[in-house]
Amino acid sequence: MVRTVIDPVTRAGSGLRVELDVAGGAISEAWVSGTMFRGLEATLKGRDARDAWLLADRICGTCSGVHALASVRAVEASLGVTIPANARLIRNLLGGTLMVRDHVLGFYQTEGPNWVDLKAAAGADANATAQLAKLQSDRAGSTPEAFKAVRDRLAVVTADGAPGAMGRGWWGHPAYRLSPEQNLLLAAHHFEALDWQRNLMRIHALMGGKDPHPQTYLVGGMAVAAPWGGPKGQTGRDHPKVPDRNAPDALSTEGLLLVEGILAATRSFIDQVYLPDVRVLAKVYGDWAAIGAGIGAYLSGGEFPVDTGEGAARFLPAGRLQAGRLLSPQPVDAKAIGETTVHAWYANPNGDAALDGPATGGATPVWPANLSLPLTTLEGAAKYTWIKAPRYDGLPMETGALARVLVATADGRQEIAASLGALLTDLGLTMEHLPGVLGRTLARAVEADVVSHQAATWLADLRTNLAAGDLAIADVTWWDPSSWKAETDGYSLGEGPRGTVGHWVGIRDGLITSYQVVDGSTWNASPRDDSGGRGPIEAALVGVALADPARPLEALRVIHSFAPCGGCASHVFRPTESTR
Amino acid sequence: MREDGVYAAMVRRGMTRRTFLRFSAAMAAALSLPAAYGPRIAKALEAAPRVPVIWIRGQACGGNTEALLRAANPTAANLLLEVLSLDYHEELLAVAGADAASPLAGLASRYPNGYYAVLEGSFPTGAAGAYCLIGGRPAVDVAREVATGALLTLAVGSCAVDGGAPAAPGGITEAGGIGKVLTGGNFIALPGCPANPSNLAAVIVHQLVAKETMPTDLAHRPLAFYGNLIHNQCERRPHFEFGEFALEWGDQGAQRGWCLYKLGCKGPETMANCPDVRYGEKISWNVSSGVGCIGCHSPSFWGAMGPAYRRLPSPLPFLPNLTTDLVGGAMVAGIGGVAVAHGVGMTIRFKRYKAQDRRAKAKAAAEAASATETPPTAEPEAAAGTETAAAGTGER
Ligand code: SF4
Repeated sequence: MVRTVIDPVTRAGSGLRVELDVAGGAISEAWVSGTMFRGLEATLKGRDARDAWLLADRICGTCSGVHALASVRAVEASLGVTIPANARLIRNLLGGTLMVRDHVLGFYQTEGPNWVDLKAAAGADANATAQLAKLQSDRAGSTPEAFKAVRDRLAVVTADGAPGAMGRGWWGHPAYRLSPEQNLLLAAHHFEALDWQRNLMRIHALMGGKDPHPQTYLVGGMAVAAPWGGPKGQTGRDHPKVPDRNAPDALSTEGLLLVEGILAATRSFIDQVYLPDVRVLAKVYGDWAAIGAGIGAYLSGGEFPVDTGEGAARFLPAGRLQAGRLLSPQPVDAKAIGETTVHAWYANPNGDAALDGPATGGATPVWPANLSLPLTTLEGAAKYTWIKAPRYDGLPMETGALARVLVATADGRQEIAASLGALLTDLGLTMEHLPGVLGRTLARAVEADVVSHQAATWLADLRTNLAAGDLAIADVTWWDPSSWKAETDGYSLGEGPRGTVGHWVGIRDGLITSYQVVDGSTWNASPRDDSGGRGPIEAALVGVALADPARPLEALRVIHSFAPCGGCASHVFRPTESTR
Repeated sequence: MREDGVYAAMVRRGMTRRTFLRFSAAMAAALSLPAAYGPRIAKALEAAPRVPVIWIRGQACGGNTEALLRAANPTAANLLLEVLSLDYHEELLAVAGADAASPLAGLASRYPNGYYAVLEGSFPTGAAGAYCLIGGRPAVDVAREVATGALLTLAVGSCAVDGGAPAAPGGITEAGGIGKVLTGGNFIALPGCPANPSNLAAVIVHQLVAKETMPTDLAHRPLAFYGNLIHNQCERRPHFEFGEFALEWGDQGAQRGWCLYKLGCKGPETMANCPDVRYGEKISWNVSSGVGCIGCHSPSFWGAMGPAYRRLPSPLPFLPNLTTDLVGGAMVAGIGGVAVAHGVGMTIRFKRYKAQDRRAKAKAAAEAASATETPPTAEPEAAAGTETAAAGTGER
C-alpha cells in the first residue's frame, strides 16, 4: 500500500489536500483535508446586522454574491422582512447568471484539463477540427484558420519544459482518450469560454455595481433603484452623468436591453458550443458514469424563489433523497443538520463527537500539538482537516448540481426533466447512470441549459413589473434597529452553484452575536464522522483505479466532479453570550 | 521581434498588426497615457518576453483571480496565453500536487532572469502558520520566500495588502498582508475588495512595457489609480453640492440618482479610480448602480470604514454638525473645504482605529498569557474584537 498526497489540489479554490492509499492499482482509502481556515464568522460578530452580508460575501469570490444572498436572507428571516417582487427577480438574475457561468467555466477551466489533453491537441489537423465543429453547429468563426492559430499556440505552451500554467500538465497520461481533433476543439472553446464569461458577468457589474462581489444586495431587497418615472423615465432622471450608451442605468430601458442582449449571447454559446462539447466528452468517456458515485444520498436547499414571502416555492426545489430511493424526495428540515468535529481541527466543549446544530454549536479551532510543520503526511492523524463534518440526521449528504437535478426530477419539474431526458436519450443513458462522475458533469449541463432559459423569463417579468409602474425594490420600513426585537435569530437555506448554502445568524440589540455557515463544499469535502462514515468526496474516491499512481489524474476527475472549493468549506462558529 | 515575445505570441494566435496596435492604444488608455503612447507601447511589447509569474494564494476568497479573469485589455486569454507565463497559480494550473508546486523549490536557479510574485489573500501567523498551508508548508513562509526573490511583488486585493477580511476586528488567525508578514522588497499594492480588473491588467502591462515600477505613494499604491478621491470623480457630485440626497433605499432620491452620502457612501474618504475605470468593461460601478462606496480600497477598511450604511461622521470633531448643515444648503463655496476636511478626517480616524486595534491586541495577548489552557483561537480575542467594534461605533 502506498500513500499518495495531492497538495495542492489545483483548480479547487484555496487549501485543498487529498491523501490516498493506493493498493493493487486502485484507491483503497481516501482523506480530504481543508488546509485553509479564515474564521470569517468571528469577524462578523459585533457587526451591524444590516451590513453583515458584505463581509459574509467574502467567503467566496468565485461564487460571488452567493453568500451575500444567503446572509441577507438569514437576516430577513430573523426580522420577518418580505422583499418586493422586483428584488426577488434581480436576485434570481444575479444568482442564475452566476450559476450558469460557474457551470460552463467549470467544465472548461476546472474539469477540462482532466479530460482534454492539450498537448495532443497540438498535433490535431485544423481542417478536420473545423469539420468536427461544423457537425456541432453552424457557428461562425469555427474556421480552420482559427483552430490552426490555437493549435500553434498550444504547441508552444505545452512543449516539454515550457513555462506557464499549461506547461507541466500530465499530458499523454493513458486515461486521456479524446482524438487530437476533439482535444483541439475543446481546448479552443476553453479560451472562448474565458471571453464568454467576461461578457456574461457584465450583468453583475451593471446590476450589482461591482464584479466580483456585487454590492447592491440589501437586507429588505436590492439597492439598485428603478429610474424615477419608470424604465423610460430618463428625462425625469436629472442625473448629471455624461450620457454613455455603454453604461446605462441598470433598470432603464437601455439597461434592460443590454442585459437581454448578453443573455441571448450567453444562450447561443450554450446551445452551439457548451452543450455539444459536453456530448462529445460524454460519448468518449461514457464509462465514467459508473465511477465515483459515492454515498448516493442527496440534499438540495432549493433555489430561485418563484414568489415572494417566506417559504415560497423555488424553481429548483428543496428536497432530500436517501440512498437507493432516488424517486421519493423527502422534505428538508434545517433542524436535522448538525456538525461534528471528531476528525477536524477543533475543540468542542460538548465533545468532539457531538452533532451540534449550526445555531448552537461552540467549537473553536485548535491545531493539534502532534502534527508538525511542514506537514508531510496525515497518516495516523485522527484529526486531519479544517473542514467540519455536516450531517443530516447523522448521515453525509452530497450537494451540488447533481443533487438539485435529481431532486427536481423526483419532484416532477418539467423543465429539468425535459432537458435531462433529451441529453440522456442522445447519449443512450438512463437515470440510473447519473450517480457518478459523468452524471455530475451532465447535471451541470442540464442546469446551465434550464437556468439560462429561465433567466430570460425573470428579465421579462422584471420588465413587465417596471413598465406597469411597480418600481418597488426594497422594503426598509423596519430599517431602524431600535424597532427590532432585542433578541432574534434566523437562518437561510439555499443553493449556490456548488451546493447547499446555509447561514445561521443570531442578532442581539441590532448586532450580530453568532454566525455560522455551512457551505456546499463543507458537505462534499467533509471528513469522516464519529461512526467512521466518510465524507462524499472521500467515499467517491474509494475503489477508483489509477493507471499511474504517480500522476493520479483519475482521482482529480472524481474530486473536480464535485466542483469543490477549499476556501468555502471551512468555517468556525463563535458561541453567543447566552450559550457560553 | 522576439520569437518568444508577447507580440510573437499574439501573431501566432492570429492577431493582425492592426488589432495589435488597437490593443496597444487600449493599453495606453488603461494606463491613463495620451493616445500618442500607443505606438511606443506596441514597440515595447514587440520586444518583451513572456514574464514568469508565481501567484501565491493565502487566505483568499479567489476574488482577485476572478478579477484577472474579467480583465478586458488585455483579456484573460491574452494574459494567460501570451503575456504571462503563469508558472504557479493554484486555480489555473493544469497539473496538481507536487508536480504543480515544483517551481516553488529552487526559484533562483529556475529563474535566472528573475520572476514576478503576485500575492492574493492574507497570510496567517497564528498557530505557527497552520491556518493556511500550501503543500504542507505555512503559506506565510512560502509567501516570504517567493516575495524575497522576486523582481517585484504585486499584492493584489485588500487581504494581501493589509490582511483584509481575516484580519478584520475579531479575526482569530493573526492574519496580515505584505506590511505585516514581509520585510522589505519591491512592492506594488493594489488594495480593493477585489482589486479592479482594469488596474490589475494595466499594472502588468505597464511593468512589461516600461520595465519600471509604476510611481506609487508611500503605501506602495500606484498614484495613477489611488491618487484621487472617489468623491472628486463621482458623477453624483453635483447633487452633493446642491444638497440633493437619497435618504432611504429605493426612495425618490435613489430613483433620481441623487447623492448617497447620507446612506453611508464612503466616497469622500476613499482614494480610488472606480468612477473612472468602473467594472464590467466600464458598464457601471457601485454609485452608478445605486449603492454607496464602502471604502474597500482604504487601509483596514473592514474595521476603519464601517458600518457601511452609517453616514460618515463629521470630519471636524469641534463642528459636529458641519457636514449636515453645510452640505444640506447649497453653500458651494464652503464645500471644497468639506471635501478636504474629509481627507483629514479619514487619516485621523484610521490612526485612531489602529491605536484601538493595538490596544485590543495587547489586552488579548496579556489575557491569553494568563490563561492556562490556550487553544490558538482564544476567547479573549473575541472579547477584544467586540471592544474594538463597540469603540468604533461609539465614536460615531
Ligand atoms: S458622497 Fe458618494 S455618491 Fe455622493 S458624490 Fe460623493 S462619492 Fe458620489
